[in-house]
Amino acid sequence: MLDVGRHPNIDLLAYSEVEKVEGEAGAFKVTVRKKARYVDASKCTGCGACSETCPTIVPDAYEEGLGSRKAIYPLFAQGIPSTRTIDPDYCRQLNGKKCGICAKTCQADAVDFEQKDQILELDVASIIVAAGYDVFDPSRIPEYRFQEIPNVVTAIQFERLLSASGPTGGHVDRPSDLAVEAEIEELEKKATKSAKTLARYEEKHGEDSKTFYGKFLSGEYDDEDHKKWAEKYEDHLTITESLETMKKKAEAFGSAKKLAFIQCVGSRDFRFYPFCSGYCCMHSIKEAIIANEHEPETRSTIFGMDIRAVGKGFEEYKIRGGNKSGITYVRGRVAEITEGPDHNPVVIYEDTRERKVKSEEFEMVVLATACAPSKSVVELSRIVGFELDDYQFVKTSPLSPVDSTVPGVFVCGCAESPMDVPESVAQASSAAERAAEIAFQEDVEKEKAVA
Amino acid sequence: MPEKSDQDIRIGVFICHCGSNIAGYLEMEELEESARTLPHVTFVQRNLYTCSETGINEIKKGIEEQGLNRVVVASCTPRTHEPLFRSSCQEAGMNPYLFEMVNIRDQCSWVHMREREAGTLKAKDLIRMGVAKAALLEPKVPIMSEVCPRGLVIGGGIAGMTAALGLANRGYEVVLVEKEEKLGGMLNSLHKLGPGMTSAEEFVAQKIKALTDNPKATVFTKAKVTRVDGFIGKYKADIETESGLKKIDIGVIVVATGGKAFVPTGMYGYDGKRVVTQLELEHLLKEGLASDVKNVVMIQCVGSRNEERPYCSRICCQTAVKNAMLIRDEIPDARVSILYRDMQMYGVENEEMFRDSKAKGIRYINYDPARPPEVGPEGVKVYHPLLGKDMDIPADLVVLSTPVVANETAHDVSQLLRVPVDDNGFFLEAHVKLRPLDFATDGVFLCGSARFPANVRETVAQGLGAASRASIPLSKGSVVVEPIISVLADEDACRGCGLCVALCPYGALEVRRTEKGRKVHVIDVACKGCGVCAATCYQHALTINSFTDQQITAELEAYLGG
Repeated sequence: MLDVGRHPNIDLLAYSEVEKVEGEAGAFKVTVRKKARYVDASKCTGCGACSETCPTIVPDAYEEGLGSRKAIYPLFAQGIPSTRTIDPDYCRQLNGKKCGICAKTCQADAVDFEQKDQILELDVASIIVAAGYDVFDPSRIPEYRFQEIPNVVTAIQFERLLSASGPTGGHVDRPSDLAVEAEIEELEKKATKSAKTLARYEEKHGEDSKTFYGKFLSGEYDDEDHKKWAEKYEDHLTITESLETMKKKAEAFGSAKKLAFIQCVGSRDFRFYPFCSGYCCMHSIKEAIIANEHEPETRSTIFGMDIRAVGKGFEEYKIRGGNKSGITYVRGRVAEITEGPDHNPVVIYEDTRERKVKSEEFEMVVLATACAPSKSVVELSRIVGFELDDYQFVKTSPLSPVDSTVPGVFVCGCAESPMDVPESVAQASSAAERAAEIAFQEDVEKEKAVA
Repeated sequence: MPEKSDQDIRIGVFICHCGSNIAGYLEMEELEESARTLPHVTFVQRNLYTCSETGINEIKKGIEEQGLNRVVVASCTPRTHEPLFRSSCQEAGMNPYLFEMVNIRDQCSWVHMREREAGTLKAKDLIRMGVAKAALLEPKVPIMSEVCPRGLVIGGGIAGMTAALGLANRGYEVVLVEKEEKLGGMLNSLHKLGPGMTSAEEFVAQKIKALTDNPKATVFTKAKVTRVDGFIGKYKADIETESGLKKIDIGVIVVATGGKAFVPTGMYGYDGKRVVTQLELEHLLKEGLASDVKNVVMIQCVGSRNEERPYCSRICCQTAVKNAMLIRDEIPDARVSILYRDMQMYGVENEEMFRDSKAKGIRYINYDPARPPEVGPEGVKVYHPLLGKDMDIPADLVVLSTPVVANETAHDVSQLLRVPVDDNGFFLEAHVKLRPLDFATDGVFLCGSARFPANVRETVAQGLGAASRASIPLSKGSVVVEPIISVLADEDACRGCGLCVALCPYGALEVRRTEKGRKVHVIDVACKGCGVCAATCYQHALTINSFTDQQITAELEAYLGG
């Protein structure tokens, strides 16, 4: 990423969208909308002071909803370019309210609420589509109860939980526990506030709230001010009591150590995507191995029809995961997930080896979601004119694997079909080769014309 | 250049938090305070991510505003981040070889995750050592060398032909060397290619025509590369051809030597007649199957995913499914059963073919490797896990799906080019995830089943990809090499014994006759700075110029003195 950002031959247009493509191989004219960031990229140093002072808190899509960000934000910490962006959906200033705190904070004077979208026209010889894929939304599978049972997460959410720079600092905390902890934080804020209120009364009347309340109950005071004080004190008691109960509960919280990974969530499923997403077996194995590295007591069960460990060193990795990282592989498709005690998901499945329907309780369930064709690829196909296959991946042929149906337009990565990192890297080089061939031929034609 | 006096050395130390990768496990304030006390250190700063644009700008600012002339970054691994930090120093006007990196993530916070105090202490030691070395660093200039604009492709299968065509289509001369009489490699033995069921013969013929029609491409068949000398941009290769020995100059090399099918001698009653391999079945299908074949049983993972050969050969399941369907096409009432461990029908096309095959009546039976199928004279006996009992399946043809294994020529090529192979005999790329088509040795690239079993789609993609990678030095016309290399620091001490020459893994040393007698000569561009020669030289004549005895001693002294 950084290499791309720094390469002298690469002009990086982030936060931009292709609107129109005209012309043909060797001479395309591309119209690009560079969206307004409301931050001047030439001035912004990426220091992040604006994000610290911005008062608007927004759920962070990058953290898969497990964390939050501000209305002025970088997509993620090491993102390229580091230029901050103001989210026009949430920014108070851009929505007609009084704010502008970020502009006051910014020492580089980079915030520009008046910035407009820019339209750019590019002349290019060839086009490479690398628009990736979408993550399948598992709430479409009712029997897995994603979002109903808090401790059922997607693989990408689990990835954020494992990440040292993620919302939990790399601890596999259970979302149900995180919710309680968030509530504790909220209650603590309330408790501090109500304690302050009580302190004001105590100062005013020169006695502590508890003594006062005893006297109040015995009917010593009946004026409005003392009545209010009593009400506040009662509220405070309610808050602190529930805070104590929750804190007690939270003492028992720890990271999830009994994990289930469910393969083919949305893939190899006629209701959604009949194809195999290719990479999910390996990422489940990887996530289980990393979880075990973090907490050596972690035990994982991977439920799959076939475990497709087909790349270089993959089968060996799978076996090592079983022998050394506490992974059990169960051959079978999970039929249903229900909620057991303590928000523990219960997995109901058929063990085809033992020919039995079983159920087992886990502390967390991770769904290996399908590689869904990207909506933006569909949009691009309309703009650029290339054809899509039956599932809405870019159509290619097995013998020319990176050529789309439009000459001069090439494709690589999961926009073409599901694939893992090494394959995507290799395919990206292939697409670069094909694109360069077009540019080279164009140069030859021009030279001929001049001669 | 006048030596800088001690007072002129101004070292800046940047300590990276790496989010919480480092800061979560070490006492960062302590590291900062300790760094401030070190000799020549005039500036210390901590960053959330030193590698982010913000962090990089801080380094630049330090050089420009604080007048730093040495920079030490204490962060992650130089493997991934040293080039970035160095070039950032250069952008700010500092010689990039005055930069030193200390790895306090992999070597401290990661390995000592549960030992905060000890990890912090170790990080302090490492920073102190890095600073001591940095004070002794000297500016250097990268080495430049011209690139001969011609490529050599070894292997004339689909991978090699695609790579050669790629280079030729970009206007570069390319020489392709194939050991067999005919181009096409493994595809010459195949019938039809899945999933589109195109004819392998036609596809190979198309590729051959395109290649032989291309004026930039020269093809030698029945030929062998016997010798390769030189380094990126300036290789000299000897090629034994039918018309004699050819000596050519080349700039880059693509290895596309392919793989071969494992022969299952002594397994499942293999006899090449009733019990055949998938490759032999391809031949039978090409010739036309005998019409009395009614019951076919295929067995997967024959010779793979076992102790001897632990890997999954990736393409055998799709081959079996494709051939099973072709059998049904030819003999519609034939019963075909596939006995498998996991059906590796990854991706869109394979899974689609898998579904189609079920619709066509191909039967799939899962077997447990602990209870493998048994091939008898009448049929195959297998334990069916869903029925919970043994099944006897009649079979007049048994097809064994054997893995693609490394070619025997891989070993020779690996010796010739000094590139490594992995435990399974396949060539080992520079990085399995991020550089799948490069070797660690600059100027040598890799594609196709020589890397790992790949189907035709993947092989074509890799062939194009390798051409793209190889075209980078060709299009630049020159290469710039890191100047951290071996140097003959003490010419008088060298006796020209040649011990270092024999041990150098990159062919970067040679003994030359000079006025002073036999002396070793370092081929700068080929040297990777590994240090084997310097460590071996009993005369201490050779040294690695960024790991001099003086620098290493200073590091040790800093460590012991702390």
